[in-house]
Amino acid sequence: MASTSNCRQDSERIVITGVGLTAPNGNTPAEFRRALLEGVSGVRDYSIRYVGDTFAGLCDYDALRHQKRKEVRVGTRAGSIAIYCAHEALSDAGLSVGESLEPSRTGVFIGLTEHGNVETENEIHELGKYDYQTRYWSHYHNPRTVANNPAGEVTVNLGLTGPHFTVGAACAAGNLGLVTGAQQLLLGEVDVALCGGVSESPRTFGIFAAFASQNALAHGGEASRASRPFDRSRNGIVISEGGAVYVLERLDRARRRGARILGELAGWCYNSDGTDFVLPNSERQAECMSSALRRAGLRPEDVDIVNTHATGTPAGDVKECDALRSVFGGGCPHTYFNNTKSYIGHCMGAAAALELAGNLAAFEDRVVHPTINVEELDPACALPNLVLNEPREVDGVEVILNNSFGMVGINCVLIVRKFR
Amino acid sequence: MSREDIFAALLEIVSEIAPDEDWSTLGRDESLRGKLESMDFLDVVMELRKRYGVEVPESDYGKLGTLTSCVDYLEPKLKDR
Repeated sequence: MASTSNCRQDSERIVITGVGLTAPNGNTPAEFRRALLEGVSGVRDYSIRYVGDTFAGLCDYDALRHQKRKEVRVGTRAGSIAIYCAHEALSDAGLSVGESLEPSRTGVFIGLTEHGNVETENEIHELGKYDYQTRYWSHYHNPRTVANNPAGEVTVNLGLTGPHFTVGAACAAGNLGLVTGAQQLLLGEVDVALCGGVSESPRTFGIFAAFASQNALAHGGEASRASRPFDRSRNGIVISEGGAVYVLERLDRARRRGARILGELAGWCYNSDGTDFVLPNSERQAECMSSALRRAGLRPEDVDIVNTHATGTPAGDVKECDALRSVFGGGCPHTYFNNTKSYIGHCMGAAAALELAGNLAAFEDRVVHPTINVEELDPACALPNLVLNEPREVDGVEVILNNSFGMVGINCVLIVRKFR
Repeated sequence: MSREDIFAALLEIVSEIAPDEDWSTLGRDESLRGKLESMDFLDVVMELRKRYGVEVPESDYGKLGTLTSCVDYLEPKLKDR
């Protein structure tokens, strides 16, 4: 398999040494993976003010495992999710602050689809009880809604003093958070990057109402079947919360400390459609995938798993399938396609990071988790080796390509390979 | 409200604002600074405004140093509630 990875110096290779996550169907990588292989949905009935009954993917991680009650009260849900995931990732990597982790050389880079909507809506709702007199507006509004909040909360909780910021990238944010972490490592800004993405989106009515107004919110039927990308009867997105934070390190450091290596970031690309606020652009998506492959020194046929971005909207899924056909349509008999949103809905800023985490175990167990909830495949979404409803055992998994696309035309593709 | 009612109301407020602290051991003349940070005091002021309609101007924040001083300050403002 052609690759540039092994030509690079260890100091130029970025590896994953830990993962912490909370998903609507699991609070550890192992729980999440088990749910994906057993077909367990995390989507449930949900109700939110003004919108009423709908569906959502919600997490049940124990916030008090890593936060004091006051931190939970004062902070944001996105911050709490990021803190939980960061602690779990460090533990997974065998790192602890002040011992094996130098606080000033550790950075936090968290992808977000949006931030501040939940907190602003809550304050306005509260203000309504007091005739909208602004002297009742919380002094916590600003620290809760500054755009760096979730990453900043991680540094406050852990006492980290290296750089932190969030990466606003719509629904490509989970991948771009990881890419940013890798870039900060390559620039030498940090020695350890805590990076990925989080979502608190089910707590803002606005996102539900906006998708409903766009005729793009999943509706009707059973909660567990509400998110069904590629199914002919799909009717929209399920809004979900969650988070996935990775520990990334340069390979030389990881080797020195004898770290367990879960995978290597082989290549990536991010680009812009430059065409529309909402509608995706197949050509730019395909260019993003092709460029990521080229940078990784890989050919399409070298990819074993493509985790699709598809969200369950009638138009968006077809656009991505068009892009996939243009990249992988030339003979890739060992490339399998799956989708994780069919289990957990759309975890927004966390989506790509979580979905990658759900597939990483395939390097070891050689199983491609399926796309569930496809009763009748939409012919416009038909792809060779689209893994439907049942897990697929394969000969080996060396390369995973993870797609993520977002509104206002932002695309980010990340390729991770098994560490050799 | 009686002085005891105000003590009880204050303890309820600070217990919600700083839920990790053990408020049962706090002496009434002991400084609240050991358990409340500056942003927490703003929360106390906000809760007094929301729950009892009491306005505490910034120039009076120094009078909220202990439970007893808080009650001394609030008693005339809450006597008719």
